[in-house]
Amino acid sequence: MSLIHEIDYGTPASKSEKMVTLTIDGREVTVPEGTSIMRASMDAGIEIPKLCATDMMDAFGSCRLCLVEIQGRAGMPASCTTPVAPGLVVSTQTPRLKDVRRGVMELYISDHPLDCLTCAANGDCELQDMAGAVGLRDVRYGYEGENHVRARNDGAINIKWQPKDESNPYFTFDSSKCIVCSRCVRACEEVQGTFALTIEGRGFDSRVSAGMHEDFVSSECVSCGACVQACPTATLTEKSVIEIGQPEHSAVTTCAYCGVGCSFKAEMRGEELVRMVPWKDGQANRGHSCVKGRFAYGYSTHRDRILNPMIREKISDPWREVSWEEAFAHVASEFRRIQYQYGRDSIGGITSSRCTNEETYLVQKIVRAGFGNNNVDTCARVCHSPTGYGLGQTFGTSAGTQNFDSVEETDVVIVIGANPTDGHPVFASRLKKRLRQGAKLIVIDPRRIDLVKGPHVEASYHLPLRPGTNVAVVTALAHVIVSEGLFDETFIRERCDWSEFEDWASFVSEERHSPEAVEGLTGVPAELIRGAARLFATGGNGSIYYGLGVTEHSQGSTTVMAIANLAMATGNIGRPGVGVNPLRGQNNVQGSCDMGSFPHELPGYRHISDDATRETFEKLWGVSLSNEPGLRIPNMLDAAVEGSFKGIYIQGEDILQSDPDTKHVSAGLAAMECVVVQDLFLNETANYAHVFLPGSTFLEKDGTFTNAERRINRVRRVMTPRNGLADWEVTQKLAQAMGLAWNYRHPSEIMDEIAATTPSFALVSYDYLEKMGSVQWPCNEKHPQGSPIMHVDGFVRGKGKFIRTEYVATDEKTGPRFPLLLTTGRILSQYNVGAQTRRTDNVVWHEEDRLEIHPHDAENRGIRDGDWVRLASRSGETTLHALITDRVSPGVVYTTFHHPDTQANVITTDFSDWATNCPEYKVTAVQVSPSNGPSDWQVEYDEQARRSRRIAGKLEAAE
Amino acid sequence: MSNDAKLVRMANQIATFFHSQPAAEGPQGVATHINKFWEPRMRRQLFDIVDHRSGEGLDPMVLAAAPLIKRPAPSGSTDHPPAA
Ligand code: SF4
Ligand code: SF4
Ligand code: SF4
Ligand code: FES
Repeated sequence: MSLIHEIDYGTPASKSEKMVTLTIDGREVTVPEGTSIMRASMDAGIEIPKLCATDMMDAFGSCRLCLVEIQGRAGMPASCTTPVAPGLVVSTQTPRLKDVRRGVMELYISDHPLDCLTCAANGDCELQDMAGAVGLRDVRYGYEGENHVRARNDGAINIKWQPKDESNPYFTFDSSKCIVCSRCVRACEEVQGTFALTIEGRGFDSRVSAGMHEDFVSSECVSCGACVQACPTATLTEKSVIEIGQPEHSAVTTCAYCGVGCSFKAEMRGEELVRMVPWKDGQANRGHSCVKGRFAYGYSTHRDRILNPMIREKISDPWREVSWEEAFAHVASEFRRIQYQYGRDSIGGITSSRCTNEETYLVQKIVRAGFGNNNVDTCARVCHSPTGYGLGQTFGTSAGTQNFDSVEETDVVIVIGANPTDGHPVFASRLKKRLRQGAKLIVIDPRRIDLVKGPHVEASYHLPLRPGTNVAVVTALAHVIVSEGLFDETFIRERCDWSEFEDWASFVSEERHSPEAVEGLTGVPAELIRGAARLFATGGNGSIYYGLGVTEHSQGSTTVMAIANLAMATGNIGRPGVGVNPLRGQNNVQGSCDMGSFPHELPGYRHISDDATRETFEKLWGVSLSNEPGLRIPNMLDAAVEGSFKGIYIQGEDILQSDPDTKHVSAGLAAMECVVVQDLFLNETANYAHVFLPGSTFLEKDGTFTNAERRINRVRRVMTPRNGLADWEVTQKLAQAMGLAWNYRHPSEIMDEIAATTPSFALVSYDYLEKMGSVQWPCNEKHPQGSPIMHVDGFVRGKGKFIRTEYVATDEKTGPRFPLLLTTGRILSQYNVGAQTRRTDNVVWHEEDRLEIHPHDAENRGIRDGDWVRLASRSGETTLHALITDRVSPGVVYTTFHHPDTQANVITTDFSDWATNCPEYKVTAVQVSPSNGPSDWQVEYDEQARRSRRIAGKLEAAE
Repeated sequence: MSNDAKLVRMANQIATFFHSQPAAEGPQGVATHINKFWEPRMRRQLFDIVDHRSGEGLDPMVLAAAPLIKRPAPSGSTDHPPAA
């Protein structure tokens, strides 16, 4: 293995289809029109010296190192800013150029420290490389004069010198090494879209500054790392590189945090991870990243990680470490005992959206083939199950229709119930880039999310609806489009069932669905809905991106259908720039659904009652499969409380923290006789577990993740599992202990089985992924290259189906006791239940969950910013600190759920989506009042959690 | 909330959706949905309410759908783990 070096072409690729031929250093080169001479040269294998150019950003032309001579033109133009033209004859190396370049380098070096040997960038410094490339041999100017390099000049304080800024936990900024190439500033603007950096001052006085003379951590910087990657010197450097040194080998792998699924190079020294660098060929992220994937991997070596299997009789006992063999034998005999005692259907399993496709496949296989029932579910139940149902009904397939590249061709974007800058940051950066180019934005969200107004980005419409009224708003948008005749009749006649459309059109045209009629209900001024509808229907390519703010409602599935209706009615399906795009929460939530994690369907979304599908698996597995759907997570818990469900195998999920109505979840878990938790840490659910099987991180195993655009990306093992076994091996050994004859030697063999049984994966194999980099399913005979865009020549189900979407108010209503509506979300630096991110330095950005409340509501209650407040609902109460802000409307409060101490889900109710039982997280009627500190429940819970984490013979495990 | 009450609420939520759909889809839609997604235990419990408690609390459309809902095998028919 060696270090993967990516070629830097200096300027971005041109998308032009017109080709231009020119001559560079006597070689004929043909490139797309609009390509820079620098890039054309690199294409031909000629590397022109450069410092301020890099292919992630547009050329800037400031360093003057990349000069070339062009026959018939005077002077020496910069090759990075000069486009190719037909017939040009270019020389990249002449005596004149050599002299100028040396002169330029000499000036740079004369204000740069000469401590290369001890510099962290030694071996990975473009300044060093360029000094070598231009043949710099001596520097005639010393540091006697003005410089930025030394703290003192002859004893006097040098005001031009600045100390290192080490405030960011992951990288340092050492101004003395800066060559003011402004690559960092442009990366922050063009790639990330945050505009946190500026160049202040002029000429020799100019320098890079974060925010308004702030340090990095206090500035607007979101720590995405784009500037660090762009910096050609050691000025911006990862602290891990400073500490460890340069990496010596690397492997391409996939981020294990969110559904964007960014590709990274894991750069290693031995088995130590030096840094994660976003991979330019990664087709989801195109070389960009966010703070989580780029930096927040420290949890993998955190001291809280549990490395040995443990068991205990009762959950009040301390844990006892055991061998793997003992743990497997114990689980196998307990599960069989329970099945003899309470029936075959008394146990089940939960697959993980954090684990690989292969691992998820095995967990559903052990349930169906080993437990002999279909009681398998996954955390997608609590997030995107309505997506599966809604898109399945309308389009015929349970997935987003586009690839992320599609956003580059969109003209009007609706973002509904999603907060991409926090939840899906790299997608947000790509979206913002498109918006800066002129695309229009419509935000439908109770909160004023960052996209509504940010640097150089502003939504044309923000519809701040009351939580729980999505269906009413989206149906009102349809009302306007239909009643004003803005629908795309040609598309509908060609692709959809026309009579179903007519039925739907007459339904939405009813006066009661007009923006004016629903205004009182939704709180959105009718004019805004009308304007937004007109813009979406007439503004060109229209795309819709949505998140959990759509699905986690009692009408989640109905809203998904309403969104699908809207896309079909406006003809926005089946080509780049349009489509319906669920932004998936966890890294492999798409994959876990694809792999048959739902109790009613086998891999590839085929219903369990379908005889032919069952037969495929029965033959291969040598068992007979039950044709009845199994229990979903909330049903499992109900059955447990009622006494007919007694054992569960949970891989990589923390249902106690992530599922609603915590008290119901804990009652269900407490009623079981064998709860098996497989995870990295003693998570909250493990407080109720009898067996703990240590898990492995994504760095420690091979496999694949499938991101929100259906892209199957490889995960590659770069270190030995610290717990001894990869997660797929744990499931396999458990299956063997239960008498199943499994014998996979490598995850690739599991993928081969998936491909053999699941038509949409037919051509997928590790060899094929090696060749292609990644593919988007369906990938089979019909689509050998995979499917970046779906429903291109017609819908998967045949004709697109319009479905009436009647608004039904949730049963969760405000009233005198609970007058406010609580809605929940996430923030950038933390991830989901926070088990990983809380164990990294990301905590500097988010130490606790806070309750956002409008100044008006706060004042009425005598609450000041930062006060402890009590948050109570019909289900329970908790306490947290208040944050007063007008991002939320009066009547609405908001919090995140990243920290277990907050227990936000004590508050949420057990209401759920009508079709899928996806819990209604996004609407809870609450009351907020001043408080003195943690509630009794929090104190009690904390105590119970602390006691249940005891391990015999060890000091108490710290949370 | 008791399990029964929850189940009734879930069934009624499904019926509520189909009330808004073209009339022809109604009971069949409810039955198909329940057949597809409800585990036998849940259907057994539903039939218990339909058969022995005259459908107390259930939306009339759920009752209309009942004859179209698959009756689960009596409990106890698969009481043993599969032979390994
Ligand atoms: S880390 Fe990202 S957000 Fe922060 S300054 Fe650099 S590019 Fe900008
Ligand atoms: S910090 Fe790095 S990228 Fe930014 S101007 Fe200085 S040398 Fe260039
Ligand atoms: S968390 Fe999401 S956006 Fe951030 S690096 Fe990972 S996959 Fe990319
Ligand atoms: S690389 Fe062209 S001017 Fe700097």
